Amino acid sequence: MSKNHEFYWRRLHSLLGVIPVGLFLVFHLSLNFTATGGEEAYNNSTGMMELIPHWLLLIVEWVVIYIPILFHGLYGLYIAFTATPNVNRFGTFRNWMFVLQRFTGVFLVIFIAWHIFQTRIQKALGADVDFNMMEEIVNNPFMLAFYIVGILSATFHLANGLWSFLVSWGITHSASSQKVATYVTMIFFVLLSIVGVAAILAFV
Amino acid sequence: MTTPVETGRTVKMEILRQDTEGGATRWEKFEVPYRPGMNVISALMAIQQNPVTSDGQNTTPVTWDMNCLEEVCGACSMVINGRPRQSCSTLIDQLEQPVRLEPMKTFPVVRDLQVDRSRMFNALKKVKAWVPIDGSYDLGEGPRMPERKRQWAYELSKCMTCGVCMEACPNVSEKASFIGPAPLSQVRLFNTHPTGAMNKDERLAEIMGDGGLANCGNSQNCVAACPKGIPLTTSIAALNRSTTVQMFRNFFGSDNMVD
Repeated sequence: MSKNHEFYWRRLHSLLGVIPVGLFLVFHLSLNFTATGGEEAYNNSTGMMELIPHWLLLIVEWVVIYIPILFHGLYGLYIAFTATPNVNRFGTFRNWMFVLQRFTGVFLVIFIAWHIFQTRIQKALGADVDFNMMEEIVNNPFMLAFYIVGILSATFHLANGLWSFLVSWGITHSASSQKVATYVTMIFFVLLSIVGVAAILAFV
Repeated sequence: MTTPVETGRTVKMEILRQDTEGGATRWEKFEVPYRPGMNVISALMAIQQNPVTSDGQNTTPVTWDMNCLEEVCGACSMVINGRPRQSCSTLIDQLEQPVRLEPMKTFPVVRDLQVDRSRMFNALKKVKAWVPIDGSYDLGEGPRMPERKRQWAYELSKCMTCGVCMEACPNVSEKASFIGPAPLSQVRLFNTHPTGAMNKDERLAEIMGDGGLANCGNSQNCVAACPKGIPLTTSIAALNRSTTVQMFRNFFGSDNMVD
């Protein structure tokens, strides 16, 4: 990191977590949710992506997904591992959220790396990413559990990340506005989790 | 010397000892005579008078910092039963026994319960936590401060640089460069002062440097721990807004205008 640019790196980290990574997660889980309508509905909706020219899809994937996630994940690891968790001494709600944000973040680096290997890289190697592929993956109870924990980590990390985004950019200022933001982001966490978990269970 | 009141009761203490800076640590147990209304400092003074552990071993007197004895100087902070607080205003009657005393290890430990809080004072210098009024001629009166602003600014001015928020913060440690909550809140205080505000861009530039404001992780332990009830997280959020504006101003602004 170049000298005296940490502020901008941290703000970029906060921004990228919401735009585009957070938006992508909402889009991704919504698309997966079509699996609740059956195999055909899911294959049709994900098949829409194939209509985008391959070269354009690759550019969009790299610019909107891979590069931002890679930066957010790697810089996030640095942030997580320079913290000294102390919930044993300060067991407040916000301190637990602080620890959970870092814990889910580290887990998500592992989960997303595996998820990309299991789906996107397999696609690049010639496999078909469709309903059947997911069905085979979650056929393994360990994988199903791993995916559910991964989805819940992602929805929590985004919801709570939105809360700290609002603080970090100086939008929620007073203690009362921060409290309201907690309620709103936690409702968002529950709703997005329902969408995400319902989607993965549709493959079982 | 006060006349000892014979109550027949004792206070059990456990203290984390350390003889030299960076040296080995050990726990020592003490049992001191109880007196009504005693605080942690009076218990430490009793050990100083009779430095013998509860199993009868002679030891060195425990060292600690203290000054005002009325929770305004911030010198006597230590970790008491796991929580950082002032040993002067912490009463033995309100504590579970044994009373466990540790130094605030987020700072370099000088000896026993004595820590070196220099990093906080250096941070105050770094962020220019003062109102510059020096000049070669009388500058006259500054602008007036609105009364309602003065009221909350007064709350921020209660900071005694005691280090409790720094000890409570999970992002202040030897492995992280975060400046910590107390100096940040002082930036808000001096940027609020009508004369201090004339240099607010300089203070914001400092906290937009490495180890500055953006290193806050929003655990909000600082505001929970502050003995003076200073709204530290509100200060941090307010500065987040100021620096957001400053960031755009630095890039898109036409010159170095303060306002």
